[in-house]
Amino acid sequence: MEQRGLSKWLPWISAPVLLVLLVVVWSLVVSVFGISEFVLPPPSAVAASLGELLVDPETWGHVQVTVSEVLTGFVIALVLGVLGGWVLGRVAWLEVAMRPALVAFQVVPKVALIPIFVIWFGFGLTSKVIMAAILAFFPILLNVLLGVRSVDPGHRDVMRGLGASRWSTFRNLELPSTLPYVFAGMEVAIVFSVIGAIVGEYLGGNEGLGFLVVSSLNALDAPALFAVIVLLAAVGSVLFFAVNLAKRLVIPWHESVSEKEFA
Amino acid sequence: MTDHLLEQAAPASAVTHLELELAGVDKVYSSRRGSTEALRGIDLSVASGEFVALVGRSGCGKTTLLRILAGLLPPTAGEVRAGGRPVWRGTRRDEETVSRFGLVFQDANLFPWFSIEDNVALPLKLRGTDRATRRARAHELCDLVGLGGFEKSLPRELSGGMRQRAAIARALSCDPSVLLMDEPFGALDALTRDRMNMELQSIAASTGATVVFVTHSIPEAVFLADRVVLLSPRPGRIHSVVDVDLARPRELEIDVEPGFRETVRSLRGALDEED
Repeated sequence: MEQRGLSKWLPWISAPVLLVLLVVVWSLVVSVFGISEFVLPPPSAVAASLGELLVDPETWGHVQVTVSEVLTGFVIALVLGVLGGWVLGRVAWLEVAMRPALVAFQVVPKVALIPIFVIWFGFGLTSKVIMAAILAFFPILLNVLLGVRSVDPGHRDVMRGLGASRWSTFRNLELPSTLPYVFAGMEVAIVFSVIGAIVGEYLGGNEGLGFLVVSSLNALDAPALFAVIVLLAAVGSVLFFAVNLAKRLVIPWHESVSEKEFA
Repeated sequence: MTDHLLEQAAPASAVTHLELELAGVDKVYSSRRGSTEALRGIDLSVASGEFVALVGRSGCGKTTLLRILAGLLPPTAGEVRAGGRPVWRGTRRDEETVSRFGLVFQDANLFPWFSIEDNVALPLKLRGTDRATRRARAHELCDLVGLGGFEKSLPRELSGGMRQRAAIARALSCDPSVLLMDEPFGALDALTRDRMNMELQSIAASTGATVVFVTHSIPEAVFLADRVVLLSPRPGRIHSVVDVDLARPRELEIDVEPGFRETVRSLRGALDEED
């Protein structure tokens, strides 16, 4: 009981403390060693730059672009990953047949494909959406595949013993049993989607937070560069916690959702 | 059309009683490494309302036998009948017959995403019973197995003994004529196990269900059963069948009575003979 209470409030204290610590050490390092602002701007400069960034309506346009790329790619990956994972999980010979292709595709550094997508789809949203989708696809596919395979044989006996139809077995057993794996895949996938979109934006186009990073770099504006990265981290966190929240709402019964979430 | 007639005729013979019959049942597991003979020539009749315990060392095929009875595993040869109807037609089982069985496994096998109430009422849900009836029935059964007040809890919030009670309640929810139990209390501590045995005795008496109960504990078998069937391993055969002539209801203290001790002793002796 003690332990559970501790783990409940501790992160709420430790997170701000760690943040403050980071800022203090950062400022000290900059002032004590006299580091050039081009290398490591002091936190105050980054904060000022972030302030300017946040009041600039153009920034929010870039945020919107990046978020829509991420979400579109993520949703495509989710649909294809769940379908693919389900089929491969159910049809053993197909999974065996596809394994070499899956492994080959997995070991390819997929961000290296972006130039190809730029050639094919241009500098617009499409190439970034595809990149986000490809990066997010594999964690979802592999988790769903694992989930479909991991249905408890004892639970299957219960359903068979009750003479359950295929649909009832899906609805009451296979679906709920696989959902935790789907969400585990989604939590990884949303982070990968952000990476895909940002790297896509680095390489081409003139919108999105990735573009903002590159343009700050070209302007040699280190505080702005750091500020955009902070903003990116914030956007990534919001997206991750949205997925996490969905998990808590959809599978409140699962061990990965802590006790305190129960009403 | 014939199926329809059969269904119409079934309830008359099906009130709550059902006798079981196994004749010449063999089971051979085949794999790439060869085949293993798990059961050979099992002949066994269980009367309606009778409580039979299957006892034997691990690997003697008692679980296999129960799974064949339950319609989870087709026999390689032989006949399995419940109330005169075959449970197996080749490797296809007779759903109508199997639907009158209640199964309890060594693990409670509750679905972690359902509340205790929804777990208990799962068999009713699969039969399309409406929600209100399901809830009322689950409530009733939870009271029966001593889980009153835990209807809304999740399985993970319950102890092992409580989960197993819920599994028994689930097996009872469709008013089964036959209860098939595979070491249901094997994973419980001794004290909980004693209590569960007492409760199972009264449930069996009040429902009048035929019970086949697999265990590796001879005292547990003698305490619960009308007849104890001893299986010997490799391949699993019926070694001997011992009648338990002890009055019911039995109290836990029965284990000091000479009749109880004599039965346990003779079963132990028979089990040791095999080695």
